[in-house]
Amino acid sequence: MTNLAIKTENLTKRYGSLEALKGVDLEVPPGFLFGIIGPDGAGKTSLIRTLATLVLPDGGRASVLGHDVVAEYRSIRNKMGYMPGRFSLYQDLSVLENLQLFASIYDTTIEKNYHLIKDIYQQIEPFKHRRAGQLSGGMKQKLALSCALIHEPEILFLDEPTTGVDPVSRNEFWEMLEDLKKKGISILVSTPYMDEAKLCDMVALIQNGTILSVNTPAEIVDSYNTPLYAIKATNKYQLLKDLKSYSYAASVFPFGEYIHYTDQRGLNVVEELKKHLEANNHSGIEVVSIAPTVEDCFMALMDEQV
Amino acid sequence: MRRFKAFVVKEFYHIFRDTKTLIILFGMPIVQIMLFGYAITNEIKDAKIAILDKSKDHLTVRLSDKILSSGYFQLSEYLYSEAEIEEVFRKGEVKQVVIYDKQFAQKLERDHQAKVQILADATDPNTANTLIKYTSSIINSFQQELAFGNPTPLTIKPEIRMLYNPNLESVFLFVPGLISVILMLISAMMTSISIAREKEIGTMEVLLASPMQPAQVIISKVIPYLILAFSNAIVILLLGYLVFGVPIRGSLLLLLLESILFIVMALSMGILISTITNSQQTALLISLMGLMLPTILLSGFIFPVENMPMPLQLISHLIPAKWFILILKSIMLKGTGILFFWKETLILVGFTFAFTFLSVKKFKIRVA
Repeated sequence: MTNLAIKTENLTKRYGSLEALKGVDLEVPPGFLFGIIGPDGAGKTSLIRTLATLVLPDGGRASVLGHDVVAEYRSIRNKMGYMPGRFSLYQDLSVLENLQLFASIYDTTIEKNYHLIKDIYQQIEPFKHRRAGQLSGGMKQKLALSCALIHEPEILFLDEPTTGVDPVSRNEFWEMLEDLKKKGISILVSTPYMDEAKLCDMVALIQNGTILSVNTPAEIVDSYNTPLYAIKATNKYQLLKDLKSYSYAASVFPFGEYIHYTDQRGLNVVEELKKHLEANNHSGIEVVSIAPTVEDCFMALMDEQV
Repeated sequence: MRRFKAFVVKEFYHIFRDTKTLIILFGMPIVQIMLFGYAITNEIKDAKIAILDKSKDHLTVRLSDKILSSGYFQLSEYLYSEAEIEEVFRKGEVKQVVIYDKQFAQKLERDHQAKVQILADATDPNTANTLIKYTSSIINSFQQELAFGNPTPLTIKPEIRMLYNPNLESVFLFVPGLISVILMLISAMMTSISIAREKEIGTMEVLLASPMQPAQVIISKVIPYLILAFSNAIVILLLGYLVFGVPIRGSLLLLLLESILFIVMALSMGILISTITNSQQTALLISLMGLMLPTILLSGFIFPVENMPMPLQLISHLIPAKWFILILKSIMLKGTGILFFWKETLILVGFTFAFTFLSVKKFKIRVA
């Protein structure tokens, strides 16, 4: 057990009548880039805050790097880096001042741990005298990450680091996490974006305070065994309505310009679908059999829960 | 220690980069002392009056001269009939009209009694009251002048209730009160707001997640405010001394030590407020309503505690500023030593411990 970076047993947390975590069991091996994926209000922040010793659990146990989150919170706080959901650095301090402050809080210096943050910090270093409040979203994230890393943590908790960040910066951010993992830091990251799941080593899907599945992205895709179709037509809204009312339909989700569709019959139904749609006066019909993505799997998993 | 220093420096950055904070910190003490010193005073100078002299004898002329040379009054015009009185009041410039009876001197010499009628514009009751008191006291002293060497008492009927405190004395009383209000404001309000701000923008979460002890966070947060509040106290004392001549008759060292005690007390109060609020708005409201108003109204700063109804007097015991004002007045105006106010000092120490104890108990080492 002590070898695990994170272990929780039947962890519960409630806020008044709202049950944020309903008995979460989780095991995260060290050195993993572990993703917690779920919609807003699923319990991601509660879970991360509990693990980061900022919130007391109501029931169950949790340990980080072998330390209990309640009794030994001090040991954990020394070894972890934490980045809360919203930008929480001092907006009226400059980039450099923020970094220096956090270095001193952890009794270290920028020079001492520069190697850790070098790749990330170099990108914002040209703006080091700019006030943190005037940085762009992506730059703020980089600064916050630098500040969370400056004391060489063994584990990193990132609560929705890419929410509200532009797609280019999001990609860069995930590349940075990949690099940090190579340096031996365990990383727990939460995100509402399902497409980011494939970038993690392991992913836990969380909904309504319950973990639905824990798996590697590849295993998740493998476990999806129904044929999946991407369907497109000129009138997308009508198409969605018609497919939902189709008597053989199993699941229908809009997915970008396509609609992802599964059929109850389990056979190759491309031709049948085309005929059915033509009969319903659709034009520009396109039906393709496709391989599922992680997102499809999650949609299916979450659909089962409801 | 390095950690501590970095944190104090950071707090100073916050203060000096926020214009609003700066204005409150440095503008307010100066503005307030000028306001209380000059503007908010009960004394009236050069009030416009009109005189209706129906007698025009040597005594009325002498009395009028005396009234007009007192410095409180300025002659607007002489009236010639009663009908003009209302008209002159309606114009609003004239605050008081003095009317002498017919054959004033004759009556006084013959009957030993004469009447002066004083009409005041009571739309502003405070001013009217004050003017009437001035006039009465002038008439009274005039009467004594006449009585000197005159065997039979002469009576010009005025009523004298109390003599007015000259302007300077009210500033003397304002300065101790002002010091307590401003120290309270800077120490309690600014700390509670600055801690609440850390909670609001989420930096408190990051600080809590760090190995930094909450006590370290708090102490390094209040030190800048301790320094600023202390320098403000000195500015007020200096202004009071240089501009208004408010004396410090007792020991300056003792005065400064007591000020530091009061500042620490107010800081602990600010921390307590911040432990029960999560937003700057709430912290501001609680400090304003819960601290500033009682400090101004119930501490004896403006209204004497002795004149309050019993329940309010009891409440005033709970206002730390009340005790501090007593201490300040003793040192500054009476020049007495610690022997005369060790009780008040102990009460302040008690408040400090109580607030610190409560805030340590209430301070959360977690977010929720």
